[in-house]
Amino acid sequence: MNKIDPVGRKLDLRRGLVDLSHGAGGRAMARIIGDIFVTAFDNDMLRAGNDQSAFAVAGGRMVMTTDAYVVSPLFFPGGDIGLLAVNGTINDIAMAGAMPLYMSASFVIEEGFPLAELQRIAQSMGAASRAAGVPIITGDTKVVERGKADGVFISTACVGSAPAGLELSGDKAQPGDAVLLSGSIGDHGVAVMSRRQDLGFDTDVLSDTAALHGLVAAMMAAGDASIRAMRDPTRGGLAATLNEIAHQSGVGVRIDEATLPIKTQVAAACELLGLDVLNVANEGKLVAIVERDAAQSILAAMRAHPLGAEAVQIGEIVADDCRFVQMTTAFGGARIVDWISGEQLPRIC
Amino acid sequence: MKHLDEYRDGNLARGIAARIASEAKPERSYSFMEFCGGHTHAISRYGLEDILPQNIRLIHGPGCPVCVLPIGRIDEAIELSRNPQVTLCVYGDLMRVPGSNGASLTKAKAGGADIRMVYSTLEAIDIALREPSREIVFFAIGFETTTPPTVMAIRLAQKKGLKNFSIFCNHVLTPAAMRQILEASDPLPLEGFIGPAHVSTVIGTAPYEVFAKEFAKPVVIAGFEPLDVMQAILMLVRQVNDGCAEVENEYIRAVTKEGNHIAQQEIAEVLELRESFEWRGLGEIPKSALRLREAYGDYDAERRFPMQQRFARDNPACECGPILRGLKQPRDCKLFGTACTPETPMGACMVSSEGSCAAYWAYGRFRESQRRAAE
Amino acid sequence: MCLAIPARVVELLPDNMAQVSLDGVLKTASLALVEDVSIGDYVVLHVGFALAKIDEDEAQRTLALLEEAARLGAPT
Repeated sequence: MNKIDPVGRKLDLRRGLVDLSHGAGGRAMARIIGDIFVTAFDNDMLRAGNDQSAFAVAGGRMVMTTDAYVVSPLFFPGGDIGLLAVNGTINDIAMAGAMPLYMSASFVIEEGFPLAELQRIAQSMGAASRAAGVPIITGDTKVVERGKADGVFISTACVGSAPAGLELSGDKAQPGDAVLLSGSIGDHGVAVMSRRQDLGFDTDVLSDTAALHGLVAAMMAAGDASIRAMRDPTRGGLAATLNEIAHQSGVGVRIDEATLPIKTQVAAACELLGLDVLNVANEGKLVAIVERDAAQSILAAMRAHPLGAEAVQIGEIVADDCRFVQMTTAFGGARIVDWISGEQLPRIC
Repeated sequence: MKHLDEYRDGNLARGIAARIASEAKPERSYSFMEFCGGHTHAISRYGLEDILPQNIRLIHGPGCPVCVLPIGRIDEAIELSRNPQVTLCVYGDLMRVPGSNGASLTKAKAGGADIRMVYSTLEAIDIALREPSREIVFFAIGFETTTPPTVMAIRLAQKKGLKNFSIFCNHVLTPAAMRQILEASDPLPLEGFIGPAHVSTVIGTAPYEVFAKEFAKPVVIAGFEPLDVMQAILMLVRQVNDGCAEVENEYIRAVTKEGNHIAQQEIAEVLELRESFEWRGLGEIPKSALRLREAYGDYDAERRFPMQQRFARDNPACECGPILRGLKQPRDCKLFGTACTPETPMGACMVSSEGSCAAYWAYGRFRESQRRAAE
Repeated sequence: MCLAIPARVVELLPDNMAQVSLDGVLKTASLALVEDVSIGDYVVLHVGFALAKIDEDEAQRTLALLEEAARLGAPT
């Protein structure tokens, strides 16, 4: 006798589209969850099929973060929205010096979104989560009418554990501290922009999206007591991160343009569009403020790790009531690295 | 990057700066206006004023098309964008320029207007081809550098028989503005001009001869890179010392005496002079701007759409006007740094990254605080 | 004003267009405003249009002048 699949017809993953029934809580939704998400994320907790997952808590302190991903276009050189979602969320935990443990992922999907693309995104997330060792153990799915979501929005949360007594924070920078950067800036922003039709340029630049908790662990092993703060310069770029820290800690930052690692094509793309690379987004880099004496050993640890091969000290923290971030230009002059408001737009002038 | 990096060499810059210092006579001062916003940007970004001798003063001129665009024209564009048929295409620079009552294109877009940022007029043409039911209007601004791309788009629209494409034309002319500055009722002590780089690739060097002959002001056309600017300043200092007033060309790699004859012909075919045009900060200037000829009326947004001319005044405390004419500095403006910041721009000098105030905010404030700390 | 960048012509395309490269970043641009442009030439690119061809000889001359000025100025 034929076995009748209780969960209804198989999804047409090649040509099918998400429709409102897939978010309605019935069999269609179960189908999507099972065939796409559970299959891609592939772990026992999720396979148990509950609305929540339970886990034991190690000692120390818990760290939690949440994020939302609305990037457009969804697929870009070097990654996609799913990859960003997994890596980006893990990074928020890692920046606290904590070890990421488990993640959740919610999807708000636009009616008409191709199932094939949804599967691609889910598989991307599954692969990233496995590579990072951070399973996605719970989630949610909603479908909204056409036009109400840009394809798909992903919202995540992650919990991690930090050793007791560790308190990295953006308000801990002190004059004399070294400012370290893990690698080249501007890659992600340029990669995404290259896919925007209205800007029309082509490059080989790939997004640098990466989960940084392994790099952070190596840095902590080299000198966790000497690390004041870490932050990943995402939207707003390096300029935003340095300004945030300057303001939180009530200090100034002095950096040297000549030290900044910038890929040739990233520099060229910024030149072409009239953008300042300091304001362009990154997704796989971190800035660390560390005690001056520990800088060399922490840098060595970073450079020994694949994600920190180009790590460099870019400057230092100074006393400054105005909380300026100042850069010595490659030309020898000085200029302020400002905290711009709003989106940086390409210019003709 | 070839033809770029070579002109950004810090060592050469210091050498040229020393040369300028040795040739500039200590007993006199030199004031040069760099007309073009791109030069203002380069001077700020590379901190050129830091390495020039104290007796050389650079006055930032009004060569920033966003800065000189009257508020009323922004208001008219916003009004146009409210027409549900219209897709307004604009360069990125225009999105945040404040119009009247705090309006802007960014805010209008948030309110539902179909406003799209484009990199080139060619993209606006593509949109018109792809979306025949929409009325595509391109908000054209810029000096002579940016005018040929607008004109070529109109020619392309004509060639492709487009019926849904038009231009809201705000192109302005460099020599007219330079003349206005020199003829101003309260003339500034101005010894010479650093002439615009890319405007000159289009118009050539000949149009500047009148300033050398009639006003006895030397003009040195300079490329965009910091070493170009330094070299041009050296050439200006030498002319002033020798009592000369000539047009010289430092940007010989891209600028010729005649300029770009194809561009000039195309502009003359499609556009004509407006009798007069309002410039923010400079007032009405005769024969200083362009509009579409009647033969190209179909592509003229001002003929195609019922547009009400709007005249708006700047905030009385806003010093954009005097700043654009080089009479005041950003720090002289009461609004600077208080009500007027890049986050909350009151006038175009702050919104445009070419504007004196934006440049000063980004690069000059630090020097001020250092100076005050040292005192 | 007028952000314009020197870019190298890497391919000629139909309709008077070309593909230009700035250190590997590729863009299409119109050559309608310039004449006699070949692959390998550098053009000044502004909002999608080539406005002028860069004269390599004049560029060399300019660099020589800059170096001369700097040399004379540099402290001995």
